[in-house]
Parts: sequence; C-alpha cells; structure tokens
Amino acid sequence: MGNITFEAPLMSDAFAKGIQPEVLFWVGCAGSFDDRAKAITVAFVKILNKVGQSFAVLGTEESCTGDPAKRAGNEFLFQMQAMSNIQVLDGYGVKRIVTACPHCFNTLKNEYPNLGGNYEVIHHSTFLQELLDAGKLAIEGGKFEGKKITYHDSCYLGRANRVYEAPRRLIEALDAQLVEMKRSRSKGLCCGAGGAQMFKEPEAGSKDINIERTEEALKTEATIVAAACPFCMTMLSDGMKNKEKEDSVQVLDLAELIALAEGLN
Amino acid sequence: MGILLQLVFLLLLGTASFYIYKNVKRIRRNILLGKPENRADQPLLRLKTMALVALGQKKMFKKPIPAVLHLAVYLGFLIVNIEILEIVIDGLAGTHRIFAPYLGTIYPLLITVFEFFAVSVIVACVVFLIRRNVLSIPRLQSAELTAAPKLDANIILITEIVLMLALLSMNATDLVLQARGSHHYFATGNFFFSGLLIPFFNLFSNETLVVIERVCWWFHIAGVLAFANYVFYDSKHLHIFMAFINTYFSKLTPAGQFENMPTVTKEVKLMLSLPLTEAETALGEAGRFGAKDAIDLTWKNLLDAYSCTECGRCTQQCPANITGKKLSPRKIMMDTRDRIEEIGKNMDTKGKDYDDGKSLLDTYITAEELLACTTCNACVEACPINIDPLSIIVQLRQYRIMEASQAPAAWNGMLSNIENNAAPWKFSPSDRMNWVEKLNK
Ligand code: SF4
Ligand code: SF4
Repeated sequence: MGNITFEAPLMSDAFAKGIQPEVLFWVGCAGSFDDRAKAITVAFVKILNKVGQSFAVLGTEESCTGDPAKRAGNEFLFQMQAMSNIQVLDGYGVKRIVTACPHCFNTLKNEYPNLGGNYEVIHHSTFLQELLDAGKLAIEGGKFEGKKITYHDSCYLGRANRVYEAPRRLIEALDAQLVEMKRSRSKGLCCGAGGAQMFKEPEAGSKDINIERTEEALKTEATIVAAACPFCMTMLSDGMKNKEKEDSVQVLDLAELIALAEGLN
Repeated sequence: MGILLQLVFLLLLGTASFYIYKNVKRIRRNILLGKPENRADQPLLRLKTMALVALGQKKMFKKPIPAVLHLAVYLGFLIVNIEILEIVIDGLAGTHRIFAPYLGTIYPLLITVFEFFAVSVIVACVVFLIRRNVLSIPRLQSAELTAAPKLDANIILITEIVLMLALLSMNATDLVLQARGSHHYFATGNFFFSGLLIPFFNLFSNETLVVIERVCWWFHIAGVLAFANYVFYDSKHLHIFMAFINTYFSKLTPAGQFENMPTVTKEVKLMLSLPLTEAETALGEAGRFGAKDAIDLTWKNLLDAYSCTECGRCTQQCPANITGKKLSPRKIMMDTRDRIEEIGKNMDTKGKDYDDGKSLLDTYITAEELLACTTCNACVEACPINIDPLSIIVQLRQYRIMEASQAPAAWNGMLSNIENNAAPWKFSPSDRMNWVEKLNK
C-alpha cells in the first residue's frame, strides 16, 4: 500500500479545472486544527483515496458552521457563519457533503436548509457503511479479531439524528466483539463537550462528565473505545489520561479503525 | 326528601363544573401568553405520536416496574370513570343503578371489571406511596421536590386510594342489601371484588348499611368532583389531560435541530445585502432576543410546563445533574410553570401591566444552571410525554448572550475567535489545511 500518494484536492482547483467532485468532505474546525482530530481527518482522506472516491475539501475557504455559537446562544453569529458558508457551498454547486463531525453534520443537515442551504449531508459513519455495503472496503481480517470494542454514542449523531446503527455495523465488520456500555444508543451518556461546553470550564459539581463516561467505558473492559466525534475524542482521551489508562485503552475514531483495517497506517 | 337530594346533587355538579371551567380558561389564557409557534403541520403524524406516546404510553415502558403500576392507575382512571356516568345519571334523576335492569347479566360483569381496576389502583397507589416516602429512589428525592410538590403527590395518591375504597364499600353494602331483599336495591348479581367484603358488611343492620351505602355514594362522587377541581386548580396531575394535547403538539423535526430565529435572519440578510423573502419583509421590529421571562417563551414551552408531571425521568438522565451540577431539567419545567402561574395571578389581581420585578431568568433559574447544559437531548428523550426542557434553556441562554451580554469570558473568547478567525480557537485561518502535511508521512 505504501506506494499510493494520498491527495486532498481543493474545491477551488477542481472548479478551475471544470471538475465537479461527487462529494465535499467538510473537515470542520476540530478536524483542521486539533492535533488529535487531524489524525481522524487524515485517516478518512486516506480511505477516500483508496476507494477512489471523487471528493474535494474547501481548505482555507471553510469556516466554522456556527454550531458552538448557536448552542451558546449567539444566534447572530451562527446565522452570519451559516449564510457565508452557504454562499461558498452554493458558489461551487455542492450537492453532497460528508463530515466526520456530528456537530457540523447536524448543523449543515438540519439548520442550514431553512437559511437557503440545501445539501445532502451525511456523517462519515454512514458514508463508511455505504462503502462497506458496496463491497469497496477490503477490511483485512485479523487486526481486530476478538478484540473488545465499545462504542460511545455522540449526542448529535445519536439522539439528535438517530444514527445508531451505522457505527455499530462498522465495528462488527471488523470481526471485533462489540460490547455496549450500560447507557447506550438513545440512552447514551454525553461526553460533556456539547452545547459549547468544550469551550469553557464545567460548572461546579461532584465530577466531570467525561470522567463519569470514561468510568462507564472502562467497566466494559474493552481495550478500544470507538468514537465518532472529534469532541467526544478529546473528552474520552482526557478521561483515559485522568484514569491513567491511556496505555491500555485506546480511543479511536471509526475512520481510524477502518483505516487500520485497510492497512492505511 | 328525594327531590331535595337531587337538587343538592345538581348544585354540587354545577359548582364543580363551573370551577373546572374557570380553571381551564385560566390555564388556556396563561399558555397563550406565550409567543406564537407553528405546530399545526402534519396532523396525521401528530395524531400517531399522540396515540403512541400518550395513549399507548410508549416511552413509559423504558422503566417496566413504574410503567406497569402507572398503567394500572391510568386504566383505572379511565375505566372507573365510566361508572361515574351511572352515578351522575342516578344523582340527577333520583334513580338507583339505572343501568342494571337494562344490562342484565352483563351488569355485574362490567362492575366486576371496574372493581378489578379499582383494586389495581389501590395496589399501585400503595406501592407508589411506599416508593415516594419509604424507599429512597433518587429521582423522587431531588432538591426541587420541596414540601409542596411532595405533598401534591401524596394528596393525589391517598385521595385515589380513599375514593376506590369508597367505591368498593358502596358496592359491597349494596350487595348485602340486595341479598336481604331490601326493595330499593335491584338484584344485580354478584360483583366479584366487593363480594369479598360481604361477610364484613353482613355484621351491620339494614339501617346502618343504607347509611353506609349512601355515605360512600356521596363521598365517592363528591370526592371525584373535588379531585377534578384540585387537578385543574394547581397540580402536576393535570398531565392526565395535558399528556394528550402536549404529545399532539410534539416537536417533529430532528431533536438536534434548533429553531433559526426569523428576526435574526432578516437582520443578517440586510447586513449581507441578501434579498429578503416576502415573509421576512413583513416581519416587524425584532423584539427581545431570546427569553428573560416566562411570557418570552413560546406557547408550546408553557404547555410543556403545565403538562409536566414532575416525575424526574429527565433529570435522572441529565449528564450535568448526574455529575452534581445545579442544572435539573425537571426544575426548569417546574420553575416555568410557577412563574407563568405567578404572572397570570398578577394580571388577575393587580392589572395587566403590573411588574413585580421578578423574571424567570435570575429570580427562578440561575445562570449557573443554564451554563451547565450540554444540549445533549437526554432530557427530551427521557420525557414520557415529549416535553422539551432544552428549548427553554436555549432561549434563556440566547437572552443572556444577545441582550444582556453575559457570556462567560471563555465563551466570549470562543465567539470572537469564530468571528475573526472562522474557528472557535485562536488559529490562523491560513493554517486550516496544515493537516495535509501528515497525509503522506
Ligand atoms: S439537554 Fe441539557 S438539561 Fe437536558 S439532559 Fe442534556 S445537559 Fe441536561
Ligand atoms: S419534563 Fe417530562 S421527564 Fe421531566 S419531570 Fe416533567 S414529565 Fe417528567
């Protein structure tokens, strides 16, 4: 596999060449700037390259969807962001968007249409499941065989948009043993980052939410915690460090799991 | 004597109905103090939601034990009320068990079914009383359950037990009198559950039994009317009716989708010189952004507040509450209801424009509670009657940020980063593609 040169084509370049990529990969702010989340972006782009998916990214033309502003209560800033993003997306005639961030996914899919931005938006877990169903993923057996993996439902993917199955289908396809936490699917416990909590200290309480969730994940005795959101990733990784488990329990995004199974490391 | 009792009954029924009517009007008026919101679309899907969630109690069955007990009380309530129909007709017409001769052998069967539910109500209410007062179930003990809501719950449970006991005693005495051939008492055939009480009531003379039977009859109907009045006056038990209305008007869009404020859309479009739609042009001056007081919320938020049964399923699932933060979605609903009741009372007693200097935000709900919310939707998912505490939390947050400029410093940083750097962190927008360096390493 080492001989592929992975590419991340820019929308502006494709446009200049008169190419209309099938799908826009919306990287998101975490996927662009956060060091841990960048690895998820890289893993996903490698998969896109490997399966020969026609795609592009906006690069420096991408801007925050406005999700944290909206959840914090600043509707003005949210709508300013939304309108200018819609201008960019429409300028390129974008039809289909895939993103690895459930917050971007929710905002683009549900809150942009009413402001004039109409796209088919899917989360990368659904996108990867489609690849799986179409037989485009090889998934070399053995890498995860028999390993215990637990999946942490992201609120904005699960309860907010009822995507519960795609992530689980992917984990099962790895021949891994999927073990559920006590609170999962519609009852899944938040990691503590949503609603712009990521960007401030938590209020006073008896415990931090990510610790509560990390403890629950540890109870399953899984050696891998699968996440589907860059913010959950941060919260759970911090939780593992706090519990001094970062060496024995890995927190990995679904895209990273699939990339590993595809031999794309 | 007979006609006099009929008049007394009529007066009782009339008075009770009048006060229920007045309270229903009051509640409706208070709910409509809220802002408009369109929930009239997709009537079929709405009916289906109501049938599944309110009638079918779909979400209750996430917790099987309370669900079965609750179902017993709920069915008991619906079914025993059919017997009330006969009682009301008897009371007005001066008859006794008017349906018995017409229904023949079906009558005792029907009454036995009613009695079965009456007995299940008693059993369920006793278990509920034990759960509330003896076992320490956290959901039923939290801070916002102060003396008043606890008393409310106990009053209701005890009243239901007493009413059902009166019903059974009334039937049992009737059976004894029938057996002794008292001419006024039509031989209906045996009722199974009250039949079990016959040996006890056989100890009494006919005269005593007649008195007991009548006392129970009057007590039962007066109790039911008083109960109905109490429910509509001020009780969480309004949910018996509100559950249906509230689930009909449920939010049908994805839980993660928050409303976009149209007045903001208009201003943003004007700022960016984008064309306005007709509806946007017609929009008046933007009023207050977000909500400071209960009347700034939508009518649906207020309907939610009146529907809340204070069960605490929301709070039990709330990640902030679980980890010891002050936020409790149940408290958000209870506060909203208390405040809109207070505003309504002020309007009635002190005039329409009276300002008591209080507001839902700050007087009732603190910034600390609002800031702890992760917008995770666990409370919305958990609520057995589709109440949306998150909607209220977000509107109060909007007021704090857009009107009062009260964002915590860290949020101000995040917001200005989005504005200036197009990301919530302070990175240069030109570094957005730096991850590409790792692609071929
Ligand atoms: S949305 Fe907010 S109030 Fe509701 S459960 Fe989540 S954190 Fe608690
Ligand atoms: S909002 Fe719903 S879940 Fe919460 S206490 Fe009220 S009825 Fe129960």
